[in-house]
Amino acid sequence: MFDNLSEKLDKALHVLKGHGSITEVNVAETLKEVRRALLDADVNFKIAKEFTNTVKEKALGQNVLTTLQPGQLMVKLVKDELTELMGGDAEGINLSGNPSIILMSGLQGSGKTTFSGKLANFLKTKKAKKPLLVACDVYRPAAINQLHVVGDQIGVEVFSDEGNKNPVQIAQNAIAHAKQNGHNVVIIDTAGRLAVDEEMMNEISNVYKAVDPQETLFVVDAMTGQDAVNTAKAFNDRLNFDGVVLTKLDGDTRGGAAISIKSVVNKPIKFIGTGEKMDAIDVFYPNRMADRILGM
Amino acid sequence: AGKSKVDDEVLDNLEEILVASDVGVNTTLKIIERIEARVAKDKYLGTDELNLILREEIAGLLSEIETGEETEFVTPSDKKPYVIMVVGVNGVGKTTTIGKLAYQFKKAGKSVVLGAADTFRAAAIDQLQIWADRAQVPIVKQSMGSDPASVAFDTLQSAVKQNADVVIIDTAGRLHNKVNLMNELTKVKRVMQKVVPDAPHEVLLILDGSTGQNAFEQAKQFTAATEVTALAVTKLDGTAKGGVVIGISDQFQIPVKYIGVGEGMEHLQVFNKFEFIDSFFK
Ligand SMILES: Nc1nc2c(ncn2[C@@H]2O[C@H](COP(=O)(O)OP(=O)(O)OP(=O)(O)O)[C@@H](O)[C@H]2O)c(=O)[nH]1
Ligand SMILES: Nc1nc2c(ncn2[C@@H]2O[C@H](COP(=O)(O)OP(=O)(O)OP(=O)(O)O)[C@@H](O)[C@H]2O)c(=O)[nH]1
Ligand SMILES: [K+]
Ligand SMILES: [Mg+2]
Ligand SMILES: [Mg+2]
Repeated sequence: MFDNLSEKLDKALHVLKGHGSITEVNVAETLKEVRRALLDADVNFKIAKEFTNTVKEKALGQNVLTTLQPGQLMVKLVKDELTELMGGDAEGINLSGNPSIILMSGLQGSGKTTFSGKLANFLKTKKAKKPLLVACDVYRPAAINQLHVVGDQIGVEVFSDEGNKNPVQIAQNAIAHAKQNGHNVVIIDTAGRLAVDEEMMNEISNVYKAVDPQETLFVVDAMTGQDAVNTAKAFNDRLNFDGVVLTKLDGDTRGGAAISIKSVVNKPIKFIGTGEKMDAIDVFYPNRMADRILGM
Repeated sequence: AGKSKVDDEVLDNLEEILVASDVGVNTTLKIIERIEARVAKDKYLGTDELNLILREEIAGLLSEIETGEETEFVTPSDKKPYVIMVVGVNGVGKTTTIGKLAYQFKKAGKSVVLGAADTFRAAAIDQLQIWADRAQVPIVKQSMGSDPASVAFDTLQSAVKQNADVVIIDTAGRLHNKVNLMNELTKVKRVMQKVVPDAPHEVLLILDGSTGQNAFEQAKQFTAATEVTALAVTKLDGTAKGGVVIGISDQFQIPVKYIGVGEGMEHLQVFNKFEFIDSFFK
């Protein structure tokens, strides 16, 4: 469905060949192609506009008579700018607490429960931690069961309280349980919720205040479209989250939501999900993501 | 007097609204061209007329069954049981939509059997069981890890024996670029035909309303593997608009039948294209 951006830019920049430098006029067509590529990749339209303006500023006045083709020069500019935008200090996750509390948040079906398992497995096998998974989704049919199955798969204990409908209490009881039983990481799975659902946003905000997590992670589906900015902003306003998890990147989505979210909340993308199995977790590489978004 | 041309500002504004609703650049440009053509033909245009044209042109892209207005599933009496297979990528709302559909059919006086052919995801069977209990319909299931085609086969046999009106088969979420998993769907379909030769009568592709342009590829690959006959768009109770289905419906000629507007049993609505289009402008 998507053509290679580099080819498109070379075509659009054909007009540049006779000129010595990039000017406002001759770069317009190229920027249109860049914007189009970003929109096709689901980058939010406002952010795509801002982005192309930044690239324009950087491109203006650049000498084209270098060893690079003008198209390649533009591609490099765009790629570097994207990489920088999505990068920044990726600090890893904060495990300084005793126990360290990690709170999951996000929309319905984004991959929170699966990622909770993956993270527990990662911390257990790679960081020699003793995690506890906590079932605070009291709504979704069989959500608690799902987390138990996941816990069994990776040999990690799951704390649940089947009759209890109060996530704040469950989380607090779980932390007490963790302290008594030597768990040094507590991962709290929560129900999916829409940012416009005031009651549910209050609920997670109350969990957040009650447990004071070292890490609050916003889990988002990489296939998300234009709405990613609204959702990320709304969750960040309530939870001031520490990082983003981008799931389902084993698909063929371009994943432009990554740029939108980073631009809007300026929080690092810490992990990616690359499959349904418990080992399908990776750290985030901004340069790979830039290539992916540009279809290269 | 009045203007005979829509000015650029109006069109730019429209373009922005459509792109922000995930309609996608291609389809957006197509819509704008159609409006420009209409405007060039019709002489006088006020804002109201423009809005009308806009709705008409967008609605024209949304495929519909021959008869037009009726969009929900009709279950002809000569197709008994009427078999609906539900497919889609991970986490879009397949199982939930099945629960809601089962409830609707039940309420309409039909007998329904659910088939738990997602034997892969943790607690997927338990989740469907809870929905079956809520809707008060029977479910056919095996244990986690068993062959989904075998579950589908059992479900159809059981439905035939019970003389049930409707069968709805849940399947595991799968990304459309995974060839083995897509082949598995083709197999589930084939095995069902050993019991009911023209099954499935409907293949319902569920699309998450917050998904962007990747939904195109989903529609393409699921159609290639299973011949999708209908679409449902979920999670439209949030701020996402789901506009990508316009281009999908247009390109693949598949009607949108339902929308999901919540997590409750009654949160399934028959698709109304004008309400859908109007939601972009709110
Ligand atoms: N292919 C793929 N599937 C994933 C990934 N992460 C999660 N999934 C699948 O996505 C679906 C939803 O995942 P869950 O972990 O249940 O999502 P959730 O956010 O907990 O959902 P709710 O609790 O309903 O809000 C399941 O089918 C998972 O197997 C991933 O990285 N790749
Ligand atoms: N707000 C809202 N949530 C929905 C809607 N439909 C489904 N959900 C939620 O989305 C999440 C995923 O729904 P499921 O029905 O499990 O999705 P699925 O496609 O069966 O997922 P897998 O089987 O894991 O691929 C659950 O938390 C549902 O409650 C809807 O229309 N609105
Ligand atoms: K919506
Ligand atoms: Mg969950
Ligand atoms: Mg399911």
